[in-house]
Amino acid sequence: MSQTTKNYYLPGPSFWPLIASISLFLLAGGFTMVLNKIAMGKPLMIAGGLSLAYLLFGWFKEVIGESVSKYYNKQVDKSFRWGMGWFIFSEVMFFFGFFGALFYARNVSLPWLADTHGLTGAHMVWQNFTAAWPSAGPKLVLEGSMKPWGLPAINTLLLLTSGVTLTWAHWGLMKNKRNQIIIGLALTIALGAAFLYLQYTEYSEAAFTIKSGIYGATFYMLTGFHGLHVTMGTIMLTIILFRVLKGHFDSHDHFGFEAVAWYWHFVDVVWLFLFIFVYWL
Amino acid sequence: MSTTTTSHHDAHGHDDHGHPTGLMRWVKSTNHKDIGTMYLWFSFTMFLFAGALAMLIRLELFQPGLQFVRPEVFNQLTTLHGLIMIFGAIMPAFVGFANWQVPLMIGAPDMAFPRLNNMSFWLLIPAAILLLASFFVPGGAAAGGWTMYPPLSVQGGMSIDMSIFALHILGVSSIVGSINIITTIFNMRAPGMTLMKMPMFVWTWLITAYLLIAAMPVLAGALTMLITDRHFGTHFFNAAGGGDPVLFQHVFWFFGHPEVYIMILPAFGILSTIIPTFARKPLFGYASMVYATAAIAVLSFVVWAHHMFTTGMPVAGQLFFMYSTMLISVPTGVKVFNWLATMWKGSMTFETPMLFAVAVVFLFTIGGFSGLVCAILPVDIQLQDTYYVVAHFHYVLFSGAAMSIMGGVYYWIPKWTGHMYDETLGKWHFWLTTIAFNVTFFPMHFTGLAGMPRRIPDYSQQFAEFNMISSLGAFALGLSQLLFLYVVIKCIRGGAKATNQVWEGAHGLEWTVPSPAPFHTFETPPLVK
Repeated sequence: MSQTTKNYYLPGPSFWPLIASISLFLLAGGFTMVLNKIAMGKPLMIAGGLSLAYLLFGWFKEVIGESVSKYYNKQVDKSFRWGMGWFIFSEVMFFFGFFGALFYARNVSLPWLADTHGLTGAHMVWQNFTAAWPSAGPKLVLEGSMKPWGLPAINTLLLLTSGVTLTWAHWGLMKNKRNQIIIGLALTIALGAAFLYLQYTEYSEAAFTIKSGIYGATFYMLTGFHGLHVTMGTIMLTIILFRVLKGHFDSHDHFGFEAVAWYWHFVDVVWLFLFIFVYWL
Repeated sequence: MSTTTTSHHDAHGHDDHGHPTGLMRWVKSTNHKDIGTMYLWFSFTMFLFAGALAMLIRLELFQPGLQFVRPEVFNQLTTLHGLIMIFGAIMPAFVGFANWQVPLMIGAPDMAFPRLNNMSFWLLIPAAILLLASFFVPGGAAAGGWTMYPPLSVQGGMSIDMSIFALHILGVSSIVGSINIITTIFNMRAPGMTLMKMPMFVWTWLITAYLLIAAMPVLAGALTMLITDRHFGTHFFNAAGGGDPVLFQHVFWFFGHPEVYIMILPAFGILSTIIPTFARKPLFGYASMVYATAAIAVLSFVVWAHHMFTTGMPVAGQLFFMYSTMLISVPTGVKVFNWLATMWKGSMTFETPMLFAVAVVFLFTIGGFSGLVCAILPVDIQLQDTYYVVAHFHYVLFSGAAMSIMGGVYYWIPKWTGHMYDETLGKWHFWLTTIAFNVTFFPMHFTGLAGMPRRIPDYSQQFAEFNMISSLGAFALGLSQLLFLYVVIKCIRGGAKATNQVWEGAHGLEWTVPSPAPFHTFETPPLVK
C-alpha cells in the first residue's frame, strides 16, 4: 500500500462487512430460535457470538494496523472524530427512548390507571389502586425499591472519579508522561470494574426482578443497558491500555484514546441521569 | 453496472488496490458506486416482492367476500407489504442514490468509511432473509400491522421475533450508513464547496441522515421493550403490571414520524435536482429550500401523536399535535412553491425524469393536502384506520417517494451506465404508472370517507365498484413496473452513448466526469468556485 499522506485513505476490498452480516444473521436467527425453544438456536448463537468476536478483533486490528502505519492523514482523523461523535449521539437517543418510557409510565399512564379524575373508567377494573412509585401495577405490590444513598451513591462516586483519572491519563498522554498515562488508565479500568462489581451486588440483593411490573422493567432495562455500556467501555479502555503499552500513541496522534474517553464520559453522564431519575427522585 | 473501469489515476496511489472481479467485486466492495448499485438492485428486488404481496391483497379485495386468502394470511400480507416496502424498498433506494451521487456531487473520492459503507449494505441481506423467511415459520409471518402494536405483537408467534431482529439489524445498517453520509458531507467536500453551495440533493440527505441517527435508536428501544415483554416477563406494555400499550405507540411514532420524512426528504432532493435541469433555470429559492428542509426535520419530532388521535390522549395533547402537524405544511408549501417558481417561464422539456418530477409535485401535493385533512382532529376521528388514510400515505409514499426514485433512476442512469435509456419506453412506463396509480388509489379516498376500514379482507357490498376499480388499477400498476425493469436492463446492455453532461441543463460536479462514471472519481479534489 503505497499510500501517501496527501490523499484520503481509501481501503481496498475487504471481507469484514460480509462477516459482520453473517455474524448478525447467526446471532439474530439463533436468538429467535432460543426464544422459541428450538434446539438449533444455541449453537447458532454461539457461532454468531464467536464470529462477531472474530470480526471485532480482526477489523479493529486492521484499522489499528493502518493507523500505526500512518496511512491516515488529518482528514481521515477528522472523519473518525465526526463518526465517533455521531455514534455517541445515536447511543444518547437509544437511552432517550428508555428514559421517555420511564417518564411516560410514571407521570402519564400510572395516574391514568389510578384514574384520579374518573375519566378513564380504570377505577371500575382496579378499585382502590393508588398511583405510587415504585409501582408494579394494580395487581402487584412492590416489596422494596432501590435506595439512592447506599451502593448507588458509591457507584456515582466511582464513575465520577473514573472520569477524573481518565482525564489525568489524557493529560499525561499530551505531555508524553508514560507512567501517568498507564497509572491513570489502570485506575480508570479498576474503577469501572469496581462499579460493575457493585452493580452486580446490587442486582443480586435486590428485592424485585425485571418481572416486577413497570418499576422492575424500567429499572432493569435502564441500569442493565447502562451496565452493558460500562462493560463495553471497560473492555475498550483495557485495549487502549495495551495499545499504550505498545507505544501506539504520541502526544499529537491518539484519537483511539480520545474516542474511548468520549465514550466513557458519555457512559458517565448517562449514569448521572440514572442516579437522579431512577434511584433518587 | 459499469463493468469496465480502466481509467485509474495512477499518480495517486490507488492503483495497487485494483479490485476483484466477479462475485468478490461486490462482496468485498469498498467502492461507493458499486455499493450504490447493490443498494438499488436490492431495493428493486424488494419493491417487486412487496408489490407482489400488494397484488395478492388487491386480488382478495377484488370482490367482497373471502376468495383467495384466509383472513390471517391477509393480515400477514398487509403487514409484510408495509414493512418490506418501507425498510426494504424505499429506504435502501435512497441510500443507493446517496452512495452514487453524494461523493460525485461534492467532489469526494469515495464515502468517508468505505468498509462500513459496504457493511451497511450487507446487513440488509440477513434482515431481508429474516422477513421473507417469516412467512414459512409456524403461525406465518407477522400479522399485527407494520407498526407492530402490542398486545398483538406481544401475543404473536416466532415471526414477530424475526421481524423485530430484522428491524434491529436494519437499524444498525441505517445508523452506520447515516454516520457515514454525515461524515462524508462534512469532511469530504471539494475545496470551495461551502455548505450553502452544496447541491440540494446533498442537503436533503444530510438532514435525512440526522433524522435517521436520532430516530432509529428510539425504534431499537421500542423493539427491545417488545422483546422483553414477549419473552422476559416485563410489563412495559401491559396495564396489569402498571405499563401501558399506548406507551409503545408513543415510542414507536417518535421514531415513525421522522421515518416518514426520512422517506420523503431525499425525494425532495431528487425533485430539486431534476426540475432545474429540465426547466433550464437554477433552483428558485435555494436558501429557503435548505431552511424549509431543516424546519420539516425539526418539526417531524414534535408531531408523532397525530398517528394516535383515537388511542387515548388528553385534549391538550391532541390539540398540540394537531397544530404542530398543520405547521409542517408551511415549510412543505415553501418547497412546492419553489418548484413551481423554478418551472415558471423556464424553457421546459419533458423527458421521462421531468415527467416523473412534475407528476410528483402534483400528486405529492394531493397527498399533502389529504394529510392536512387527517391532521384535523375531529375529522381524523372519523378517518382513523379507514382507506382514506391508505390513500393519503400512498399518495405521499408511492407518488411522492417511489415515483421520485423512478424519476431519479431515469435522470442518473445515463451517468451510471454510459447509455441513454429508451425514451419511448420510459414515457410509456411513466404514463402507465401514473394513470394506474391514480386508478388504484384515488377511489380509496371515497371508500375511506364512506367508512371502509383498512386491514380487513372483506367489505360491505356498497364498496364493491370502487374496490374493483382499485384492484384493476393495482394490477396495471404492478405490471407496469416490469416494463421499468426491462427499460433498466436494456439501458445497462446498450443504447445511445451518453455524453458527460447527459442533459443540456444539468449542472454540477457529477456531470463533469465521463459517462459511465469511472471506478474512481475525484481522487484529486476538484476546485469549486
